Amino acid sequence: MSTRRIFAQPARYAAIAPYLWMVLFFLVPFGFVLKISLSQTAIAQPPYVPVFDFTEGWAAIKAAFAQLSLDNFKLLVSDNLYLSSYLRSLIVAVTSTLILLLIGYPIAYGMARLPQRWQAIAMMLVIVPFWTSFLIRIYAWINILQHDGLLNTVLLALHLVSSPVVWLSTDTAMYIGIVYSYLPFMILPLYATLSKMDPALLEAASDLGASPQQAFWLVTFPLSLPGVGAGALLCFIPIVGEFVIPDLLAGSSSMMIGQTLWLEFFTNKDWPVASAAAIALLALLVPPLLLYDRLQRRTLEGGR
Amino acid sequence: MTLESPDIGRPNIDVSAGPPDAAAADMPLLRVEGVSKKFGSFPAVDHLSLDIRAGEFFALLGPSGCGKTTLLRMLAGFETPDEGRILLGGRDIAPVLPHERPVNMMFQNYALFPHLSVRDNIAFGLKRAGMARAAIDTRVAEMVALVKLEGMEKRRPDQLSGGQRQRVALARSLARRPKVLLLDEPLAALDKKLRESTQQELMELQRRLGMTFIVVTHDQEEAMTMANRIGVMNAGRLEQVAPPRDLYEAPASRWVAQFVGDVNLFDGEVTSHEHHRLTIATRDGGAIVVAVPRQPVAKSPVSVAIRPEKVKLSRPGVASDASNSQPINRLEGVVTDVSYLGGSTVYKVKLDSGAILRSSVANTARLDTDTYDVSQRVVAWFTSDDCVVLEQ
Amino acid sequence: MAGRVNRLSPFNVTALALGMAFLYLPIVILVIYSFNASRLVTVWGGWSLRWYQEFFNDRAMLDAAWMSLRVAAVSATIATLLGTLAAVGLVRGERFKGRSLFSGMLYAPLVMPEVISGLSLLLLFVALNAERGFWTVTIAHTTLTMCFVTVVVQSRLASLDRSLEEAAMDLGCDPVQAFLSVTLPLIIPAIAAGWMLAFTLSLDDVVIASFTTGPGSATLPIRIYSEVRLGVKPEINAICTMVIALIAVVIVIASLASKLSNSEAKSAAPL
Repeated sequence: MSTRRIFAQPARYAAIAPYLWMVLFFLVPFGFVLKISLSQTAIAQPPYVPVFDFTEGWAAIKAAFAQLSLDNFKLLVSDNLYLSSYLRSLIVAVTSTLILLLIGYPIAYGMARLPQRWQAIAMMLVIVPFWTSFLIRIYAWINILQHDGLLNTVLLALHLVSSPVVWLSTDTAMYIGIVYSYLPFMILPLYATLSKMDPALLEAASDLGASPQQAFWLVTFPLSLPGVGAGALLCFIPIVGEFVIPDLLAGSSSMMIGQTLWLEFFTNKDWPVASAAAIALLALLVPPLLLYDRLQRRTLEGGR
Repeated sequence: MTLESPDIGRPNIDVSAGPPDAAAADMPLLRVEGVSKKFGSFPAVDHLSLDIRAGEFFALLGPSGCGKTTLLRMLAGFETPDEGRILLGGRDIAPVLPHERPVNMMFQNYALFPHLSVRDNIAFGLKRAGMARAAIDTRVAEMVALVKLEGMEKRRPDQLSGGQRQRVALARSLARRPKVLLLDEPLAALDKKLRESTQQELMELQRRLGMTFIVVTHDQEEAMTMANRIGVMNAGRLEQVAPPRDLYEAPASRWVAQFVGDVNLFDGEVTSHEHHRLTIATRDGGAIVVAVPRQPVAKSPVSVAIRPEKVKLSRPGVASDASNSQPINRLEGVVTDVSYLGGSTVYKVKLDSGAILRSSVANTARLDTDTYDVSQRVVAWFTSDDCVVLEQ
Repeated sequence: MAGRVNRLSPFNVTALALGMAFLYLPIVILVIYSFNASRLVTVWGGWSLRWYQEFFNDRAMLDAAWMSLRVAAVSATIATLLGTLAAVGLVRGERFKGRSLFSGMLYAPLVMPEVISGLSLLLLFVALNAERGFWTVTIAHTTLTMCFVTVVVQSRLASLDRSLEEAAMDLGCDPVQAFLSVTLPLIIPAIAAGWMLAFTLSLDDVVIASFTTGPGSATLPIRIYSEVRLGVKPEINAICTMVIALIAVVIVIASLASKLSNSEAKSAAPL
């Protein structure tokens, strides 16, 4: 018997506690969301009609299945509010990801070309803001972007504008907030691929007559595509479900899906519709998640 | 498929079109003049000068960290010298960027572009030179045939064996027909068998193309096999530049004698100088008579170097069969160790003076009777021509 | 020796400088304004600790801060314990029934939108008729952060040389002893890093806490969030600065600890 197998048994026992925890606090609640998304709205506490009641046996279960309704989902696809917030989530996520890529790539590229000692420091500098509170970072921008904030003060002092510009409650403010919050998520995977690249490849390209620009577009960029994909998905996926940033920085004229869910849940107390919105949001995230998973697998295999 | 006429289709990249050939006749193709390069305070290359002629197969040999790769990288343009000049065809190429130099390099780990096929790797440099598509196809086919990789054009580097990758790297660097091909440890990643056959192929290729090859290696056997001339580097300086035979038989310094091949060294003082002969009183080998070297020995103390295969053994009292008129040095001692290596046997002899002398005897007959055993008393002898006097 | 081709270009340096400025300027400005004596952001009224005083007199804020610290400490500790066990199970457990479900459950919360995690846990607590407050938030945070701990510890554990454990067993340890005496000391830095990450994530969360907390037990981020929605208050600047300082201290301790354990490992290596 190999030591691996000797170790496997106690290691599996170790997994029992976290396993049960995740079943109880992740899997079961998720089942609740699914269940409630299929039940009827009621003005009560809790504000939904329970779908299953196992005390009455098999007949009740059959009856309950008959009662399951897709009404909430029908509402989601028929009501403009939901459709437009889906669309907006997608547009915001795509736009932000593109901006992040444009800003993050040059930074990651610069980091990868720093002398070795400096790279660790630069990496640290990129990670540290990720550790400081996300809410505080958004708040910092409100400080800057508000009507009499620093940005307007500077713009006025430089005579670039004649009267204060409205920044808060605009899409511009929201994009600034998103880009600011997610920049480390874009930089780190890009930096990881760029720094692993053999410097001899660029020398070889140069040796074979490629100018620095050509060498970048013919060698560096194509080889960094896995990092581009990873960074883009790592930003896109959470941005789709983002709630705090649009809520604090964007205007209230149109909402992202996370905001709509929050509104249904807390303001309208319509738990079934909120649950259905949650399921629909997850459905939106499945394709990019699968893509990310495939990308990671391929990178791992390629690395071997 | 051979490259009989290296000028056909030469890409239009010849930025260093030097002076006409007549004027360049006495000018080396590549001249390195007093070049230095420091990394921080560490001098990687230290006031080094070197001439390389067109068509040479030149090897830079030295231990790791001696600066040979840095010198090569300066020739390719990846490093700029702190001091000195590098002239290619009479023109200073220091300001010429790597991608504009008519010099190509084969990288140590090949640096093949992992996202490009074999074909696209080879065509990379040709495309940069603005060659026509048809011409590129022809040249790539030529190169693929040259390195015997037919049928592999569509593969990616990670689908090739080590030996095949080495060939792609070679084809890629040759495709632009550079004036000088630089090879950085080209065979280091190959196993021994493959290395030997590839050495032969590289030599044949170089002869056929008439191109100038500069190879960096730490493997002296490789350098000796392939190169016409070898530059031995140590601590950023060239210790000696010579053809392989001279390097071995007439090392210029104690360091070279020890670095290249195996050697017995005796330190001592010159005591007399007569009739083309020097007598040297060595500290632990007694008096040794040597032929006067071509370059007079100015300083004392000196070292006497004798290669092990030049040291013959015989039984005490038996007259040696040397019939020439050279003086013979005889040193008596006891065999302490016998290593049978197949083609030869190496004996360690502890001389009566206390020094250890190694003698390598070729096993020329299968049933050799002329062998010696441990603890046997022997006479080790060598002629005055077989040793070299070196300044310390 | 980067050489001529791979050296830093002016473009690289500019991109780095602008990028770092973008990342740090807003935080620096926030910290500076927390010491502003004036109520108006535009007016610099001189250095003052006025807003810090205001915070320490604000009962509701203090309660929220205390609640957040307790939730963060307790949930990070449970999450570290469970996450480490999960990592051991995943890395050393080889294949077992339900392994892919297990790893799936551990990875999903990493990418799950917080609104969904919060919503689903609230539905569970409602169904269980649990009183919402400290423990529900703590459980919710534990569930989320233990997944991060698992990832951190797992990668360290996977990179560990297995022959060390084999050597320990060769010298007479049973698997559990081998793990406790050899493996655990080697992954302690990762476990510590996992705890710090869990702690800061918990301290940071608004969305999940909003769903799972009950009346009268708001966490600090929830309070900050509701204040911020009403506009900028200098007191918030002061609170944020203190949170940043707290996190900075945690990071410095963490990096010192990892440096220490690294240098120990290095000095031990030649032996």
